[in-house]
Amino acid sequence: MAQITMTQALNLAIDEAMADDPGVFCLGEDVAAKQGGGVFKITSGLTEKYGANRIRATPISETAIIGAAVGAALAGQRPIAEIMLMNFVGVCMDQIVNHAAKLRFMSGGQTPCPIVIRTTTGVGVGFGGQHSDMLEAWFAHVAGIHVVTPSNAADARGLMRASIDANDPVIFIENILCYGLKSEDPGPGYRVPLGKAAIAREGTDISLITYGRTVLDALAVADDLAKEGISVEVIDLRTIAPYDEATVLASVRKTGRALTLHEAVRPFGTGAELAANIQEKCWDNLKGPVRRIGGTFSAVPFASHLEQAWIPQKSDIVAQIKASVGKL
Amino acid sequence: MAQIAKEIDRDKLLDIYTRTMKVNRTDEKFRALLMGGKVAVMYYCVRGQELVSAAAMAALEKEDYVVCTYRGQGEQTAKGIPMEKWWGECLGKATGTCKGKGGTMHITDPETGIMVTTGVVGSGLPIANGLAMASQNNGDGRVTLVSFGDGAANIGGFHEAMNMAQLYKLPVIFLCQNNRYGEHTSYADHTDSPNIASRAEGYGMKGVTVDGNDVHQIYPAMVEAVARARAGEGPTLVEAMCYRMMGHFFGADFSYMPPEHIAEMKAEDPLPKLRQVMLDYQFTEEELDAIVADINAQIDAAVEHALAAPLPDIDEIYKDVLEETA
Repeated sequence: MAQITMTQALNLAIDEAMADDPGVFCLGEDVAAKQGGGVFKITSGLTEKYGANRIRATPISETAIIGAAVGAALAGQRPIAEIMLMNFVGVCMDQIVNHAAKLRFMSGGQTPCPIVIRTTTGVGVGFGGQHSDMLEAWFAHVAGIHVVTPSNAADARGLMRASIDANDPVIFIENILCYGLKSEDPGPGYRVPLGKAAIAREGTDISLITYGRTVLDALAVADDLAKEGISVEVIDLRTIAPYDEATVLASVRKTGRALTLHEAVRPFGTGAELAANIQEKCWDNLKGPVRRIGGTFSAVPFASHLEQAWIPQKSDIVAQIKASVGKL
Repeated sequence: MAQIAKEIDRDKLLDIYTRTMKVNRTDEKFRALLMGGKVAVMYYCVRGQELVSAAAMAALEKEDYVVCTYRGQGEQTAKGIPMEKWWGECLGKATGTCKGKGGTMHITDPETGIMVTTGVVGSGLPIANGLAMASQNNGDGRVTLVSFGDGAANIGGFHEAMNMAQLYKLPVIFLCQNNRYGEHTSYADHTDSPNIASRAEGYGMKGVTVDGNDVHQIYPAMVEAVARARAGEGPTLVEAMCYRMMGHFFGADFSYMPPEHIAEMKAEDPLPKLRQVMLDYQFTEEELDAIVADINAQIDAAVEHALAAPLPDIDEIYKDVLEETA
């Protein structure tokens, strides 16, 4: 089987969705052929196939981009809007939170809003404080939105297709450092259902619940700890909200221990919600407190050694797991 | 102001009059209900702006899209939302357009073309672009009209949307109802430019300021803007000068309006002016009274229906969040 990168996977998923449904179109800054098919090339080659109306390069106007996506969705189309970098959602939160997320509910179900908001981010690239944040918790806190992030190329293809199919808004978070990751190509039409986590590695001593780029760290740590006789179950949520509660709770009931891990800052992060829910529902199964790891509670710094220190460290993951399973 | 006064077909004039009075009688009825304590909900009065909404809706086709604001009663009823559904929603009943889950600030009725009523100033413009973009993409020939006030002209979304609409030549009409107040702040205290329409030029867009109290100005301006949009020639910013004859919302203090402003708006009241135009067109007092009486009867029946209608089930708070919860 052929290998594809996450960049190719996303491009293929969008391409086949556009081929299948004339109502699917892309809009965003620099997305068209003239600008090189997007800064990360996700929409490369699509203008040539589908024309300028369906690959709309926009002005630098995030509110107008998301507003246009909302309106087009109300008219029955399936826009894929790109917010070049996740921090720029700060410009258009009103359109996402007050409009896209709520129009289905406020209209009594008459105006669902099927839009995919693609955005990318990631710490470790040297982009500093306004181009790096993982802001998934902002959206997970709002009813009426799916929040999705892939950790590998195959899932990227399947999650993107499922996100375009969805009849509600999806925040689709890509991580810059994951674009080059390769998977075996799952092939045309592949879909990963929203709201379904993957057990990325089975284990029996602790459930390590994560998503996106930190799944790679979690798997690496699990490999290392296996050599020491600690069996880590790694859960890749894939859909951060609404998340696959059944898979998470079943895993914790089995292992009796849980650690949440995300790149976003720790306070009030998605790990806090996961931990609270696990403690409410698995109290009798827990052998110790649910632990949380997240990014440092500051702006993402520029200097490389500071930035590297800011990110959750593999050594922290090891230490937290060992502290948790200490009484094996 | 532009002098684009043109003759209006007698049937069309009657249509505009009927829509205007529907808006006005709905407003009067709502205020009476609120005053009498029969209902207690947020309501943003449209007294003084009836003709602008009616003329704008009369210039559209049934299938055209409209995006309006919390002060959107005029567009909603003049576009033709069935009265029982409209009142049902305003009173928070299961029979409302949105099953009582949207309310006065979020009336939505896609069958009538009322696609979004936003409670956030200026947020409708970018969404209107999207509706128009869909029409441009699929060639369905529809136009989209978005209504907003002078206050909305100072928020970022206005500028982003105006630029994008002109860039893509979207079939959209930006209708600024300049009622001289943004919330409780007068035009002079929130904007130094002499008018809003002149901003269109900055985007390469056609802009026009007209007297929203004169049917011979507002209606032809709307027709022209709709025709331009439908022909693929792009958007127009129509600024309709009018007056908000009440406070920002029902019950709000508006003693801040200077006496000379009050005198001016009373003199410019669109209703007596329109009535006179109708008489000039040889409609009789009796004909006009009969139209109003008929509207009053329809409204009374719709209000009775809504008052008697059931409340939404408690379960509705869990429904329509995502498709899975529909």
